Amino acid sequence: MRRLSWFNVTSLTLGFAFLYLPMVILVIYSFNASKLVTVWAGFSTKWYGELLQNQAFLDAAWVTLKVGVAASTLATVLGTMAALVLVRAGRFPGRTLFSGMIYAPLVMPEVITGLSLLLLFISLGVDRGVFTIILAHTTFAMCYVSVVVSSRLVTFDQSLEEAALDLGCSPFSAFRLVTLPIIAPAVISGWLLAFTLSLDDLVIASFTAGPSATTLPIKIFSAVRLGVSPEINALCTIMISIVAVGVIGTSLATKRAAQRQKRDEQAAARAAG
Amino acid sequence: MRKFSLVSVPYFWLLILFLVPFLIVLKISLSDTALAIPPYTPTLDLSEGWAGFKAFWSELDFENFVFLTEDALYWKAYLSSLQIAAISTTLALLVGFPIAYGMAQAPDEWRPTLMMLVILPFWTSFLIRVYSWIGILSTEGFLNQFLLWLGVIDTPLIIMNTKIAVYIGIVYTYLPFMILPIYSALEKLDGSLLEAAEDLGCTRTKAFWLITIPLSRPGIIAGCFLVFIPALGEFVIPSLLGGSETLMIGKVLWEEFFNNRDWPVASAVAVVLLAILIIPIILFQRNEQKQREAGK
Amino acid sequence: MAVPVFAPWDDPTQKPLIQFKGVTKRFGDFTAIDNQTLDIYTREFFALLGPSGCGKTTMMRMLAGFEQPTEGQIVIGGKDMKGVPPNEREVNMMFQSYALFPHLSVWENIAFGLRRMNQPKDVLEARVEEMLRLTRLTKFAKRKPHQISGGQRQRVALARSLARAPKLLLLDEPLGALDKKLREETQFELMDIQENTGTTFVIVTHDQEEAMTVASRIAVMDEGRVIQVATPSNIYEAPNSVYVADFIGDVNIIEGAAKRAGDGYDITWAEGVPPLHTRKEEGELISIPDGGKAYLAIRPEKVAIHTEKPQGMTNAVQGRIIDVAYLGNLSTYHVRLANGTMVRAQTANTRRLALRPFTWEDEVWLSWTDTAAILLAE
Repeated sequence: MRRLSWFNVTSLTLGFAFLYLPMVILVIYSFNASKLVTVWAGFSTKWYGELLQNQAFLDAAWVTLKVGVAASTLATVLGTMAALVLVRAGRFPGRTLFSGMIYAPLVMPEVITGLSLLLLFISLGVDRGVFTIILAHTTFAMCYVSVVVSSRLVTFDQSLEEAALDLGCSPFSAFRLVTLPIIAPAVISGWLLAFTLSLDDLVIASFTAGPSATTLPIKIFSAVRLGVSPEINALCTIMISIVAVGVIGTSLATKRAAQRQKRDEQAAARAAG
Repeated sequence: MRKFSLVSVPYFWLLILFLVPFLIVLKISLSDTALAIPPYTPTLDLSEGWAGFKAFWSELDFENFVFLTEDALYWKAYLSSLQIAAISTTLALLVGFPIAYGMAQAPDEWRPTLMMLVILPFWTSFLIRVYSWIGILSTEGFLNQFLLWLGVIDTPLIIMNTKIAVYIGIVYTYLPFMILPIYSALEKLDGSLLEAAEDLGCTRTKAFWLITIPLSRPGIIAGCFLVFIPALGEFVIPSLLGGSETLMIGKVLWEEFFNNRDWPVASAVAVVLLAILIIPIILFQRNEQKQREAGK
Repeated sequence: MAVPVFAPWDDPTQKPLIQFKGVTKRFGDFTAIDNQTLDIYTREFFALLGPSGCGKTTMMRMLAGFEQPTEGQIVIGGKDMKGVPPNEREVNMMFQSYALFPHLSVWENIAFGLRRMNQPKDVLEARVEEMLRLTRLTKFAKRKPHQISGGQRQRVALARSLARAPKLLLLDEPLGALDKKLREETQFELMDIQENTGTTFVIVTHDQEEAMTVASRIAVMDEGRVIQVATPSNIYEAPNSVYVADFIGDVNIIEGAAKRAGDGYDITWAEGVPPLHTRKEEGELISIPDGGKAYLAIRPEKVAIHTEKPQGMTNAVQGRIIDVAYLGNLSTYHVRLANGTMVRAQTANTRRLALRPFTWEDEVWLSWTDTAAILLAE
């Protein structure tokens, strides 16, 4: 029976306006006919057309996508393993160091992570390119994945896996047939998080990319330093829409699944009663 | 055996790609600048065995760190980073708390939506979010156009390329990190505690200060650290919004490395930055630990 | 020597401390309290009893000031409470969850309300110490709420709400979180404290035993309405409806048609057997038209059980034992009458098990006196 006070309504309205207005303006002005980004001169989609003609952006987008998929997949596998180690493995030599190495990258400034990886690649004599970006992204993204997955694993009822073992599963098939399906939502959101982080990263990619590979953020950054351009607005609009559709879609799907489960449970309760 | 393979794969991955690189940074920060590639000496030559190691060891020194203390640029950069991070964190708290409070007061059926609205920007590219402010804050940008139109000002404000633009950028991009922990602390707050306070003679406002604020303190502290820690090493925001005048250590490191190609100094800058960060990180960990224990 | 009976509700010169005057409370379309009028007197230990959702908590929250009546008036100490916020009422509440402030020590929790009264420091400290002694918490003063047991937390909550010496103390299911044994002990503690401090207590509970033990009067509530207000013994012995009879303790209900006869009513309840008789007590207001539907409520402990038909009893019925519940000190026999009605009879187990004459499937006779059963119209 709570009612929002005018103070709450005002702070929510202003707060969300602050969060969303800049992006709304950006999206609107991506349809501006004028080259001048702050003066409205009529509706046009020409910047989207020009963007699609710009081979450098398209190449960068392709590199970013490749890196994103590869790094987030690798990071999901390694991060899930790390989560299992953190939650299940008990004591082993170097455990403190291990958990330290999982949590440290989360708070490490990107400039330091980037610098240190670059220095590693140079001292190992590795040629920098797509491959080194994938390695770098996998490393920091796996830590995020392991945090997401381990928070789910902590609440996982271990007796389910024990039941599977009792019913004749090998440890690996018990994991594959019982644990994995149950923690799957956490693993999937871990993958999505890793993918977004990889897509988003400028600093670490700049250090580890070398001259042969350019990702979209690097490209945008060097363009943006010269000022605002409607082409960049168009590119940003596309990226924002992809994220918005993805996130809203996912959350609607989870909501619907939850509702269905609730309905089923109610139906079962009615049938039983 | 199974456990060994499970542990070893992520373990060695992190050892090689996280710990070793960091040790390399530490080593290079203690080396001398040289103009070859890689631009530093000494390098550890393993083929010479123990003698090589001794030669390597003897040439390490704290010259770069001494250099950092001698050049006022670095001092200023560290201090200004701390100042910018602290001011931005305070601003983010002032902006974020009322939003989190409003969310916690909102009817239950609104909350998932409000929550998603807070998280959604986090999924959007960081770079895009910073970029979106350039068009707003620049001299002929939307903010100035709007204020001129209102008649509040008659000459455009210079915000772009100042520290104010950096504050705005940091508050904007890190606001969800401030809102979420505060919201989760406020949401857990048992409403009957506030009723009890009122019953015992508090006005609503008094109950807010005596009950709501102390009980949401862990969330407030967590939020402040989650903004302060990344803001301290921030590079993108000062370089896009701050202009050449705004000194921040992340930017100095970047320039030292890419523009001056002084790897040892860049490494020394990184080591010092990390040393500064360790204090808030430990405090943050302790806050989290305390909350976990209180939760039990 | 007669001890003066505490019964201000029977004394027309007494002014009630609390008056509900035609109070209605609606939440949207839902009517939580439906036009209720109720008086509560100073020094009473008054219980609001009913199942969850009956409106008892809403009544209490209106007294505390957390809810405002939609219609009607609440008067406390002769003052209309409309628009008076909780912090300006001389009413304190002990919350069901205790609502102890987790960031404050036991001492600070108790001092919390006192600090709002701007008393001198030494007065405040003396009062806190007094409260700690009253609730035997002196040793735990420095602890935080999560460092003490459930029973101790309950006492902190009590001490905190009593510290301001309110005119009226509200207790929302105060013992609900305690286990049975502790609950019984605490009931007596509560009664002692109520007597010693002379505070008026209003307790909300769904536990009829608890209400019977502690209260001077009980209001039995259902669906936003007070069904009956009476002392515990009257509620038990003279319920005014099947609902109250059934809610308080165990009861057998026999349905039939009533007819005036002699000093009371005859109730025809089955064909081919003589009607049951019940005497009408003096002052009983019930009147049922001849042939009208009526219910007889008989407590199991007032039903006697025999192997042979008892002589000279008007109310004697025959049946077969279906079930025996052995409770140690008591046994309850479930007996099915010829028309299918189940009647429970309770006897004290004064003899050893082997010597008792009844067991399953035995044909037995049940009987009760003319005054044992209560005739109810609804």
